[in-house]
Amino acid sequence: MSVVATSTIVDAHVEEVHEHHEEQNFWKKYVFSEDHKTIAKQYMITGIFWAVIGIAMSVVFRLQLGFPGINLSWLKPVLGRWITETGTLDPNFYLALVTMHGTIMVFFVLTAGLSGTFSNFLIPLQIGARDMASGFLNMLGFWFFALSSVVMFISLFLHTGPAAGGWVIYPPLSALPQAHMGSEMGMTLWLSSMALFIISSLLGGINYITTVINLRTRGMTFSRLPLTIWAFFITAVLGLISFPVLFSAALLLIFDRHFGTSFYLSEIYINGEALPNMGGSPILFQHLFWFLGHPEVYIVLLPALGMTSEIIATNARKPIFGYRAMIASLLGIAFLAFVVWAHHMFVTGMNPFLGSIFMFLTLIIAVPSAVKAFNYITTLWRGNIIFTPAMLFSIGLVSLFVSGGVTGIILGNSALDIQLHDTYFVVAHFHIVMGAASAFGFFAGIYHWFPKMFGRMMNNSMGQIHFWATFIGVYLIFYPMHYIGIAGFPRRYYQFTTYDFAKSYTNLNMFVTIAAIFTFAAQFIFLWNFFYSMFKGKTAPLNPWRSNTLEWTTPVVPGHGNWVGEIPAVYRWPYDYSKPGAAEDFIPQTVPYSATPESNLPHETALIAEEKELGEINLNDQFRTAH
Amino acid sequence: MIYLVGILGLVFLVMAIVVISRMQSVMKSVNKDVQNDEPVANNKLNGTMWIVTLVLGLVGTIWSYYAAKDGFLPEASSPHGRRTDELFWFSMALMMISFLAVNVLLFYFSWKYQYKKGNKATFYPDNHKLELIWTAIPAVVMAVLVFTGYRAWTDIMSEAPNNSQVIEIMGKQFGWMVRYGGTEDNKLGNYNYKLIDDNVQNPMGLDFSDEASFDDISHVSEMHVIKGRPVSLKIRARDVLHSVFIPHMRVKMDAVPGMPTKFWFTPDKSTDEMRAELGKPEFDYEIACTEVCGRGHFSMRMRLIVEDEASFKKWQSEQPTVLSAVLQTKPDYISRIPENLRAKAMKYAPAAPAADSTVAQTGTAAASSAALR
Ligand code: HEM
Ligand SMILES: [Cu+2]
Ligand SMILES: [Cu+2]
Repeated sequence: MSVVATSTIVDAHVEEVHEHHEEQNFWKKYVFSEDHKTIAKQYMITGIFWAVIGIAMSVVFRLQLGFPGINLSWLKPVLGRWITETGTLDPNFYLALVTMHGTIMVFFVLTAGLSGTFSNFLIPLQIGARDMASGFLNMLGFWFFALSSVVMFISLFLHTGPAAGGWVIYPPLSALPQAHMGSEMGMTLWLSSMALFIISSLLGGINYITTVINLRTRGMTFSRLPLTIWAFFITAVLGLISFPVLFSAALLLIFDRHFGTSFYLSEIYINGEALPNMGGSPILFQHLFWFLGHPEVYIVLLPALGMTSEIIATNARKPIFGYRAMIASLLGIAFLAFVVWAHHMFVTGMNPFLGSIFMFLTLIIAVPSAVKAFNYITTLWRGNIIFTPAMLFSIGLVSLFVSGGVTGIILGNSALDIQLHDTYFVVAHFHIVMGAASAFGFFAGIYHWFPKMFGRMMNNSMGQIHFWATFIGVYLIFYPMHYIGIAGFPRRYYQFTTYDFAKSYTNLNMFVTIAAIFTFAAQFIFLWNFFYSMFKGKTAPLNPWRSNTLEWTTPVVPGHGNWVGEIPAVYRWPYDYSKPGAAEDFIPQTVPYSATPESNLPHETALIAEEKELGEINLNDQFRTAH
Repeated sequence: MIYLVGILGLVFLVMAIVVISRMQSVMKSVNKDVQNDEPVANNKLNGTMWIVTLVLGLVGTIWSYYAAKDGFLPEASSPHGRRTDELFWFSMALMMISFLAVNVLLFYFSWKYQYKKGNKATFYPDNHKLELIWTAIPAVVMAVLVFTGYRAWTDIMSEAPNNSQVIEIMGKQFGWMVRYGGTEDNKLGNYNYKLIDDNVQNPMGLDFSDEASFDDISHVSEMHVIKGRPVSLKIRARDVLHSVFIPHMRVKMDAVPGMPTKFWFTPDKSTDEMRAELGKPEFDYEIACTEVCGRGHFSMRMRLIVEDEASFKKWQSEQPTVLSAVLQTKPDYISRIPENLRAKAMKYAPAAPAADSTVAQTGTAAASSAALR
């Protein structure tokens, strides 16, 4: 099967190659491009665009939380009638903002923006392929995402506002337009947008998986794959299994909303009317949603962890500690990610016995996660660390991963979750471990691979300042948020003044808001650096970080097809940094053992015999005949 | 409280100053080439920053903890609450140790092993023994946590004791309603969502073909319970999801339309005792909603009053029954009650239509929730 598929692709490309000698027109080159590097940049720019909107939204609702009833009339030009006559934020719109913030950050920024950008950019470059298995599907994938973005963006301007039931859109609230303003047209568009989004991520995922399996260059065995690729690969598998479940959940919700079915609805009296629906279960939706929802947090986090592994090894000038354990823990986390979803549902009235099972499974995840953290730290131990901005963000990621991970162990304990569920403790936990950690991965990736993307360097000092401001800022926002949660403050509250038990901590809430504004402001350092360097940065050398992986063997700005001439063969794993005996402190993957007798380990010397043969085969190179 | 902000503000300020002062020195080198000894600009400075951040972070962690801890986990007023609190602090201590240990190592190594000219990193790709050890340690810790958590969880979720006071609580947009079995049979009557009708004062849909519902009483702003007696909550919702949250009792359970849920707990400190203990004469236990349910989600407050049996009985006997409210608003509702029960039902009809506080309250609640939409 795969052989057939590959050979058709080869044919397709051979034909294409002939066209490519002519100049491509603007549309083909920049808009409907099938080149993985261009598509990666499209994902990146769209992701950054959404990140600015999503974070700006959080600043707006944080203002309301830090300064309840604050006068926001200065936002009237943007938000219009969502600012009431007295200048306060409309409570309906508060919920809409929270919902849109969550949806945008999780799906558009950290799924499409992060995984879309780097899976696309790095998979072909690091495994030694000319492009993705199907450039066309890849292009289609991006444009489905773009379409989904447009639909979501339009929903922001509806008269009744965008979806507003929280990013988890639990029915019946989301199913009944009469229950809530945000369940009217806004929810319809939310569901349409997500359906398009799911198609996009499936198209992307199939492509990543096929490419990794089929298009590796000669010598690039699975045990020589960089951890980035392992992470992208496993992420794609996770997405492929879990996104269709969200699709079905959304589909049933659409049926309930528009066609009078009762999948999620039963015994409801609303607005003076008893609805006819009987026998449905709102809990069913939650099971389906979290079957995606939990793997989703790993879908955003694993690519970040993969890139971090690569960046930490490169900049500590040391092999990643426990390469095999890192892969095993990725696999372990990925597997367990599918069997812990109901830890989000301990207090939904689910059978308590199920709660016990899910507590047990959830706490097991701590083990592979801890292994990863320890391995990162040991990689730093006795290294020779270079603090590029990418390295700083990677170390920051490890710190956040641990700090956010430990509170997950508390929340995974069903007995403790009774009090903490749906409080700010949860908000603090997932922002650190998923939001901030993955965002740090995104930054690390951009700083590290910017030279490969644009052939220019980003400003190093500005990157470092950006890191420290963001790192400190994130802790200042989310660390105190745990305190608010331990005190029992519920989330998705427009204000806390209604309750006596939530009257305290007004100053702390104010502090968090100020820290959030500070952190948001710091991101403009990055934006400036990013766009300025794209055009005016110093030109990049071939291998600026003295790294081992294949992408640095391409021209400074790789053209279509990535390598001029043949794709290099791979002879060793990607982590031969500071190998005893070697003259340099790195040995790229393309250097055969026969060329490094001084540093070979005994079992490596044995491999020399096979190398000659390896250099001669040429798998899957569609360009070989053309060039 | 103000100290907390002061302290955190201070930490914030110091960090900001460090960052800004760095920024100046860094800005000078922004467009310069990389200094000779450094692989990238400011390598040493960044190494130092790890230690600075570590120290300030530790100080901030400890200070802020002491400044904020008064508000943590509001005084538990139920035995299971004290048990989960203990478990929480035990787990938290373990987690705090791991959090600190790992971050200290991470920051310290980053500083210690920063690039030095002429140094070479140690080629150290693996060590199976080490890896085995640090797989085993978290596994053992998790086992302990799972075990203790499991025992607490099964106890909390067990069946309510037989002597429990059964109270129904129903969520709606936007408020809670409670219902008691009544003074005569002390038994909750049937309900049916199709019978819900705010206009006839039957917002919980009591089914008056079941005579157990005749003496049921309900309330929209207060729940009264007896100190020391287990309370068994029967939880439901009539429109969208809600979630019963009683912070001081460590109670939380979703209210789901079409799927009744339950939670039991024993309140063992009366409202008065808590007032004395906290030195706050206005203190009240409160019930909140923790599942987003629409615009008024943040304002579904209900008071919970824990009192002795005598005061409870007194309060209970003063409450009008739901049926009497219904018959007062709509006298011909009686025709919808099965014939054989009408005579009994008529006993609940108000003799003279007098202004009744509950009716007035229910009426406004219904009106205001409609207005909120
Ligand atoms: C400056 C940065 C950020 C700030 C200040 C911030 C703040 C907040 C706050 C306060 C809430 C809770 C609101 C409520 O429950 O009433 C929230 C919700 C949320 N945030 Fe963020 N956030 C930030 C960045 C991020 C990032 C990077 C992510 C990516 C994962 C993210 C994902 C979410 C999600 C999923 C929710 C839940 C939305 C819901 O309740 O439906 N946030 N954010
Ligand atoms: Cu989860
Ligand atoms: Cu609510």
